[in-house]
Amino acid sequence: MRTLIFKEIDDLIIDSLGIVCFISFFVGGVVSIQTALNLTNPLIPKYLIGFATRQSVILEFAPTFISIIMAGKMGSFITSSIGTMRVTEQIDALEVMGVNSLNYLVFPKIIALLLYPFVIGISMFLGILGGWIAAVYGGFASSNDFITGIQQEFIPFHIAYAFIKTFAFALILATIPSFHGYYMKGGALEVGKASTVSFVWTAVTIILVNYILTQLLLT
Amino acid sequence: MIEVKNVEKSFGNAKVLKGVSTIFETGKTNLIIGQSGSGKTVLLKSLLGIHTPDKGTISFDGRIYSDLTPDEKRALRTEIGMVFQGSALFDSMTVEENVGFPLKMFTNKSTAEIKERVDFVIDRVDLKEAHHKKPSELSGGMQKRVAIARAIVNNPKYLFCDEPNSGLDPKTSIIIDNLIHEITVEYNITTVINTHDMNSVMEIGEKIIFLKKGILAWEGTKKDIFKTDNEAITDFVYSSNLFKKIRKAQNKEE
Repeated sequence: MRTLIFKEIDDLIIDSLGIVCFISFFVGGVVSIQTALNLTNPLIPKYLIGFATRQSVILEFAPTFISIIMAGKMGSFITSSIGTMRVTEQIDALEVMGVNSLNYLVFPKIIALLLYPFVIGISMFLGILGGWIAAVYGGFASSNDFITGIQQEFIPFHIAYAFIKTFAFALILATIPSFHGYYMKGGALEVGKASTVSFVWTAVTIILVNYILTQLLLT
Repeated sequence: MIEVKNVEKSFGNAKVLKGVSTIFETGKTNLIIGQSGSGKTVLLKSLLGIHTPDKGTISFDGRIYSDLTPDEKRALRTEIGMVFQGSALFDSMTVEENVGFPLKMFTNKSTAEIKERVDFVIDRVDLKEAHHKKPSELSGGMQKRVAIARAIVNNPKYLFCDEPNSGLDPKTSIIIDNLIHEITVEYNITTVINTHDMNSVMEIGEKIIFLKKGILAWEGTKKDIFKTDNEAITDFVYSSNLFKKIRKAQNKEE
C-alpha cells in the first residue's frame, strides 16, 4: 500500500506542480496588472495593488480556481485510469483475486491528496510573487508599496479558511472522479465520456462547496 | 472438483442460465462451449463469485460457495487463478510485478521467496526475456502467457480461463492451449475454460459441456463429439466446413 501511495503522490501531486506553478505565477501577475490599470483615482494608494493581489490569490484563486483546473487535470487522469482498468477487466481481476478493488484503487488517492494543500500553498506564494514582479517591473507600483499592501489588514484566519476549503476540495478531487471511473460501463468511448462528466461534476461540486464554506466560515 | 447444481441466473426478465448442473473434474481441462449469448460467460462469472446465482449451488471440493462466510470466501478466492479474455494485466506494472502481485497481496513470503517463485513461473510459461517489460511492450500471445503465469503463481486449486485464444493466431492458440493443459495435469488443477474455439475443443477438451440458450444441451469428451447424434452440438460444431470434412473422413475410416 505504501508503494501505491507514493505512486499516487507522484502522479497526482508532483506531476501537477509544473502547471500549477505556471498558471499561478502568470495569473498572479495579471491580477496585479488589472488592479493597477483600474486604479485611476490618484487618491487611492498604490499599496492597494498588493492588497488586492493577496486577497484574490489567497481567498479564491489558489484554493478554488486551481482546484477547478485540477478537476480537469487530476480528475480526468483518475477517471480515465480507473475507467480503463474497468474496461480492460483489471478491476475484475483484482476482485477475483480477493482484493477489495475500491479500497485498493481509491484509498491511496485520498491519502496522496492530503498533500494537496502544499500545492495550493505553493500556488499562493507564486501568485503573489507573480503579482509583485508584474507590479514592480511593469512600473505600476514600487516594491515597498506592494509589500505594504500584502501586509495591510492581514487576517490570519483567511489562510485557515483557504486551507479548510483546500482540504474539502482535495476530498472532492479524489472521490468524484474515482466514482465515475469505477462505476463506468462500456468501452473506450465511455471512458472519454466518463472523464468529461467527472470533470463537470467535480467542478460543480467544488463551486457549491466553496459557496457553502464561504458562507459558513466568513459571514 | 467443482460441482454445479441446478444453477439459475436471470438479469431482469432475461433468464440466462436455466438450471445448469454439471461437474468440473480435477486434473482435467473442462471446456464450456456454446454460441454467443448462450450463457457461458454468466456461468463462468457465477463460478468465480462475480455473479450470485438466483437458484442452485456451486461447491468447490464440497465447500458450497453461498454458505461460506466472507473470510472463507476470501480464502477460497486465493485458491483461484483466472486468465481473462483480454489478459487484464496491470498496465502500470512490469511482467515481474504483475506475476508477483498475488503473492505480495496474500502471502507472507519474503521478497527473495517471491522473486524465486515469480522467476520459476515466468520460466515455466517461457517468458525469460520479458521480466522487466510492461504489458504494452508484449504481443497478445506473450500477454496471455503472463496472465497464465499470474494465475498459477499462488498454486491455485482452480484455474478459470475466459476465451484464452481470442485474438491469437492459430499457432499461438495451440501453444496457449497446450500450456494450460500441461499446467492442469502437472499441478492437478481443476481447470474450466470458456471458449467457442473448436480447435481448442479438439486439442484439449477432456470434458466439454455445451450450453444452448442457458440450458446444458450436451456433455462429453472431444472423442464423443464425432460420435454423438445430439442435434444441438452437431449443429454448433459442424457449422464449420473444416469439421464437416473431418467427420466425414473419420466416418469413412470407421
